Amino acid sequence: MKCPPFDYHAPRSQAEALALLARHGEEGKILAGGQSLVPTMAFRLARPASLIDINRIAELDTCRAEANRLRIGALARHARFERPVVPGPTGALLARAAEHIAHAPIRTRGTFCGSLAHADPASEWCCIALALGAEMRVLREGGERLVPAADWFQAVFTTALGPDELLAEASLPILGPDWRCGFAEFNRRAGDFALAMAVTALRLDVAGHVAEARIALGGVAGTPVLAREAAASLLGAPPTPDRLRAAAALAAEGFEPTEDAQVPADYRRDLVRAMTRRALEGSLAA
Amino acid sequence: MNWTGRRLPRTEDPALLRGEGAFTADLAAGARAVRFLRSPYAAGRILSISAPDLPHGALLVTGADLEGVGPIRPELFRFNYRAISQPVLPRERVHFVGQPMAAVVAATPEEAEDIAEAVLLEIEPEDPVVTIDDALRPGALTLHPEAPGNLVVDGVIRHPGCEAAFARADCIVELTLRSGRQNATPMEARAGLAAYDRATGRIRLTASCQMPHMLRTGIATLLGMAEADLQVVAPDVGGGFGQKMALFPEYPLLVWLARRHRGSFCWVEDRNENLIASAHSREQRHHLRAAFAADGTLLGLEADILANTGAFSCYPTTCGVEPLMALAEYPGPYRLPTYAARARALATNTCPAAPYRGVSRPVVTFGLERLMDRAAAALGMDPVALRRRNLVTDFPHVTPTGLTLDQASYVEALDRAVAAADLPAFRARQEAARREGRYLGLGLAVFNERTGYGTPAFAARGMGIVPGYEVVDIAMTPAGEVEVRIGASPHGQGLRTTLAQLAADRLGLEPSQIRVIHGDTDRTPYGWGSFASRGAVIAGGATQLAADKLAARLRRAAARLLQAEPEAIALRDGAAWAGEASIPLTEVARRVHQRSEQLSDLDGFNLAETAQYDPGGTFSNACHIAEVEVDAETGHVRVHRFLVVEDAGRLLNPLIADGQVHGGVAQGIANALLEEVLYAADGNPLTGSLADYLPPSAAEIPPIEIIHLETESPETLTGAKGLGEGGAIGAPAAIANAISDALSPFGVDIAELPATPARIRALIRNAR
Repeated sequence: MKCPPFDYHAPRSQAEALALLARHGEEGKILAGGQSLVPTMAFRLARPASLIDINRIAELDTCRAEANRLRIGALARHARFERPVVPGPTGALLARAAEHIAHAPIRTRGTFCGSLAHADPASEWCCIALALGAEMRVLREGGERLVPAADWFQAVFTTALGPDELLAEASLPILGPDWRCGFAEFNRRAGDFALAMAVTALRLDVAGHVAEARIALGGVAGTPVLAREAAASLLGAPPTPDRLRAAAALAAEGFEPTEDAQVPADYRRDLVRAMTRRALEGSLAA
Repeated sequence: MNWTGRRLPRTEDPALLRGEGAFTADLAAGARAVRFLRSPYAAGRILSISAPDLPHGALLVTGADLEGVGPIRPELFRFNYRAISQPVLPRERVHFVGQPMAAVVAATPEEAEDIAEAVLLEIEPEDPVVTIDDALRPGALTLHPEAPGNLVVDGVIRHPGCEAAFARADCIVELTLRSGRQNATPMEARAGLAAYDRATGRIRLTASCQMPHMLRTGIATLLGMAEADLQVVAPDVGGGFGQKMALFPEYPLLVWLARRHRGSFCWVEDRNENLIASAHSREQRHHLRAAFAADGTLLGLEADILANTGAFSCYPTTCGVEPLMALAEYPGPYRLPTYAARARALATNTCPAAPYRGVSRPVVTFGLERLMDRAAAALGMDPVALRRRNLVTDFPHVTPTGLTLDQASYVEALDRAVAAADLPAFRARQEAARREGRYLGLGLAVFNERTGYGTPAFAARGMGIVPGYEVVDIAMTPAGEVEVRIGASPHGQGLRTTLAQLAADRLGLEPSQIRVIHGDTDRTPYGWGSFASRGAVIAGGATQLAADKLAARLRRAAARLLQAEPEAIALRDGAAWAGEASIPLTEVARRVHQRSEQLSDLDGFNLAETAQYDPGGTFSNACHIAEVEVDAETGHVRVHRFLVVEDAGRLLNPLIADGQVHGGVAQGIANALLEEVLYAADGNPLTGSLADYLPPSAAEIPPIEIIHLETESPETLTGAKGLGEGGAIGAPAAIANAISDALSPFGVDIAELPATPARIRALIRNAR
């Protein structure tokens, strides 16, 4: 469990980092918090020839509200979100999820954007990004593009990010007070990767009816998935306990679960049903 | 001043807390790094092992290089044991994923791992035997020709009256239970550093081990070297729990390297190696039948015990240790008139089994205490009353397997625990919670724990190498401090503190004046080590005897100096007293050593004594009560409360005793809920990291309440009974009973541990 040999680069600017990425391509890998990458290298499951350490690039260490979006730079650590970074449902949801991310020492190093780039199926940030409709700002030498969350997650540990690209920033909508956000996850020990999680966001109109609904599930398939049918079932009516329960049951049937020796598929569905209902109920309890 | 019995903070702790402990890996500066190349197949024939060009200074060692090195082959002369052999490095076949096949030596661990990756292994895979059922299947692969049918141990006990007891029973309860495989997961994994001394030609092996003297004997025998040319040192050792008792192939290989290449070689095991290739335990299946009379009296017990003991037999205990412990100890603390049992050890293509805290008794207690709850339900009796009816109350009591239960407090511990748990209040809470759709449960486990047993107990097992006694050398320096050299080898048990307390009382000194020296075969008398809950009883007894002999000599010398009779001399407050007259012990020591013309006619020129202790054994006992809440939707179990009423006789240091209970209970809870080694059908381990194998974190362990009883027993010199394992023994059963109680509205009954959330959900789903 020692890392294979690699070259190490510590660029001082975004431009320098992009030039290094352009030069190393598939052989290069961005190092931010390193909380997933370095253990993966120690297991020799990842063996990048070059690490490009972006920790010295001050312009990436941002987290600010702008034009009704929360803009999260590549060096914003998990711990930053333990308290709401913006008022309202978005900041509260991030804070609620942050406490489930591993343990305190990991949260002080690992980054929000690093999680999105790594795309672990059980990542809280990935699930929230999909639920709220995050947008990724991706840079490469001489270019920039925006990728919506719906196009970002492609498979386990696989995203739309190209080998010469840097995920410089992710942005989330800053939701207004008419939104109710919920979060629930199940894991066997505190801080473990979730066996299932649900992120829910409901917009209630003045009559108290659900006007918009988003439900995302994490840790249950190769990527986070939207429970579209379950969300649609809530529209146009008040979110009564019975309707929430019915939506949770729809969510539990509407995806292809991953299976392993410890988590059979029907158990994964049990957890999705329970987590979806709890997230929805929790979001409306306050 | 009485030091024994006080909650003295551990002498060991300050250095450990400051990060100044010295573990094997801390001592490796200057040594070359060793990386073991491990089998990627569970079973197969080795066709070739070849390396690309090795960098300068690197080495590749394979079985072909180890001409004349013997296999590890422990013996057991009873219970139809088949002696099977484990080569240090195999030449022909591999037997489990993780088995060391070759060793790579390089300047750094990183470089050694790079080279190891490039070594080409050609193996022709065979169909492996992975599970108990695989091993029993006719026509299955035979791992060892010496053990046809993969049967390594087959022990049988059958009382003639057993069938009759079942014939006249009013109620027969039957139960098949499964215990998952576990890894003791010490905080420090294994590590070894072998260094050649050019001046003397001797080798010093520093190793994270529990039995340094045994390791020395074992390695010297395998390598055919003089035992006197090998020194084994156990420095700070970060936990063992039984896993570090065994003679593993990695250690003789390190010593072989140091001898052959006249240098220093260090291997520090990583967590993946520890999880797949050190030692596992507890994978067992028991089929039980118990016969009861209508009034709840236990009439007879039948047990069929199957243990998956992995690819090889651990030295020196052999792979019989698990099934035979179950065979001998199933009667537990209960009066059992007749007993019939069979216990088998099955060889499979999995990591070898070794002792782990509790050795089978967690599984036995799980079985027996589930039986008691089931029988109570079947008979319509209160489970507490059923237990009380059957617990042994008259001591000494001889069990159907010939063990003598000494004075203990089985019923008292149960009653104290039940009173402290406040059952009526709990039942009211449980009722109220159920109305809200929440499921609370309470479970209890009563058990005894055979501890502090010496040579006779091990000899009765028919072991080829019989551990048991401990020897203690004690000496006072010319300046008046006392050095206690013990053959035992603590690795977290706090013996430096407790033995100093014992010796201080015997010598009229303070514990700070006593130095306990351990873990070095050059500096301590031959002894066995720290395992089987024996330190306080056996090393403690030997220390007490040695201190008494030293005290007698000090009294004789002081009597001469004070012109009194030796019988009139008292040792206290660092001095020898004859009435009002006194002389400091520092002065006595100085005179004995440096003014020997005054005293040498008494006892010679120094203040050194030796003593040994080899007791028959003593049983501690406890009652555990767990309160849990089960989330019926997710299967998650939260332990709200854990209560231990523990009787380990006289407590030498209650602070350390509490710590032992806390640690044991935490491991027991983890065994019940979290930890399980899993293999795929092809013998590949699925739990090779701590993301998959789940030791508990603080968040999963509730506060643990402890009530101590202190029953005196004549079977132990210090008055202490062992308690190192009890926490781990009782907790799984208490948790299993609590979950079953919580889920009784669903008719769910826990017969498999760990009770993972997925398993609990499946039980609930199938019950509906």
